[in-house]
Amino acid sequence: MSLFDHKVSELHEQLHKKELKVTDLVDESYKRISEVEEKVQAFLTLDEERARETAKQMDDKLGTDESKGLLFGMPIGVKDNIVTKGLRTTCASKILENFDPIYDATVVNKLHQAETITIGKLNMDEFAMGSSNENSAYKKTRNPWNLDRVPGGSSGGSAASVAAGEVLFSLGSDTGGSIRQPASFCGVVGMKPTYGRVSRFGLVAFASSLDQIGPITRTVEDNAYLLQAISGLDPMDSTSANVAVPSFVESLTGDIRGLKIAVPKEYLGEGVQEKVRQSVLDALKVLENLGATWEEVSLPHSKYALAAYYLLSSSEASANLARFDGVRYGYRTENAESLIDLYKKTRAEGFGEEVKRRIMLGTFALSSGYYDAYYKKAQKVRTLIKNDFEEVFKKYDVIIGPTTPTPAFKLDENTKDPLTMYANDILTIPVNLAGVPGISIPCGFVNELPLGLQIIGKHFDESTVYRVAHAFEQATEFHKQKPGL
Amino acid sequence: MSRISADQVKHVANLARLAITEEETEKFTNQLDAIISFAEQLNEINTDGVEPTSHILDMKNVMREDVPQEGLPQSEVLKNAPEHQDGQVKVPSIME
Repeated sequence: MSLFDHKVSELHEQLHKKELKVTDLVDESYKRISEVEEKVQAFLTLDEERARETAKQMDDKLGTDESKGLLFGMPIGVKDNIVTKGLRTTCASKILENFDPIYDATVVNKLHQAETITIGKLNMDEFAMGSSNENSAYKKTRNPWNLDRVPGGSSGGSAASVAAGEVLFSLGSDTGGSIRQPASFCGVVGMKPTYGRVSRFGLVAFASSLDQIGPITRTVEDNAYLLQAISGLDPMDSTSANVAVPSFVESLTGDIRGLKIAVPKEYLGEGVQEKVRQSVLDALKVLENLGATWEEVSLPHSKYALAAYYLLSSSEASANLARFDGVRYGYRTENAESLIDLYKKTRAEGFGEEVKRRIMLGTFALSSGYYDAYYKKAQKVRTLIKNDFEEVFKKYDVIIGPTTPTPAFKLDENTKDPLTMYANDILTIPVNLAGVPGISIPCGFVNELPLGLQIIGKHFDESTVYRVAHAFEQATEFHKQKPGL
Repeated sequence: MSRISADQVKHVANLARLAITEEETEKFTNQLDAIISFAEQLNEINTDGVEPTSHILDMKNVMREDVPQEGLPQSEVLKNAPEHQDGQVKVPSIME
């Protein structure tokens, strides 16, 4: 039994009653890391000294009357594309190998306010480009359920560390499925909030119109608490939305009577494994028994989402990654003959293959003569995909389908052909293009590998998504299973 | 028919300020060709009269009061620069 088998609310209660100390929670993290990290390889950097020191100071506060928030003392892992002042942030890229951020991301500031304790920085695909963590320049994180399998990506370290019990919860980022897909593969709960719900200030940009930070947790309730802590308008991010943040936990009523569910036929069709399809149909029965109804619908432009996504996200990435030039920070080549040569060699030596491929694709799609045919065309298709969702949400409360077409695949299984790897994200990408919120929760197993149920909601209606996810979780036992590491 | 040539790949690499080897040129030519061919399925859709979406939020030009604030200290800003001198980042000479 691990302390992290308890929910945040239970641990908080134990701290409050002085049955538990913050140092116990931090000890639990580093003890587990010392036991399993060699196998899981989820962390790029640990912040042990500072975390232990902070825990001691917080234990002193435990004895006082000072009010303590719900997340007080909770150990968290942070994806390595979220900047942390004084704590190395690499984006799992060689080009940022020694990068020491000079400010904290807004979400990190909010975590400080909530008084969580940062255990370390988590592995990912380089610059969040990938679906398996095999694109990290440093290490390949393994799936805690089966060490021959990938944890998913790009937030693979974030999902694996939670599944392995190394941290209580973590933050990831999701551009095309990078929170939900690894959450699905690792059997944990991962939420991509509505675009604009969480500030992106301090999130190293991949595709600015798609990126969102979100929580990865063991339970839906913990997820709702963590999203609560990081949400809201931020003057430092002009794309953060001026929309009130409701109490997400209050929506966890267990009552979904009368809920209308849409199930897109495109999400259960070609390419989706039979057992994955069956697990979704079983989940729908559970929800029906709780008083919801479901109907099949169509999101007719779904099949075009993948192509539109790769053009748009790569175009945005090619612009965003122009800042890595060896001048102001990061890696610099040692043998430059001129300034242009410095840029070219620095980038050639500093970026990995997938990052280069996407920079090339994006630069091509934005280049003179091709802009209208590729980039602008993809933006128009994005409008049609967004309209598909809006049309369905006129009649239904949530959309449900699988998170991924298959359970976790083997390492090296999909690395040869980029298009095969990209196809993994076919069920998560449309959600980012439309900007709506989506969660993945455990909904079954095939050959002892977890499967994820994806629940998608209306813009800024994370509350309904959480309500449905929580009702399903309470009616099932999948989330209680743990990997036998 | 190939949609992208090796010369185009070299041109794009130059625009992207990325040094690529002959081997990479060949690999990227094949891979980009496959990806772009895949992307051309978008041409199946009639998008006449459809507005492009660059951003899903209905917002434009978010303004704030122009209040002067203290910037980051120079020593902090230069901390991550690979080379600096006299409070400025240093690069190879730009003029011949």
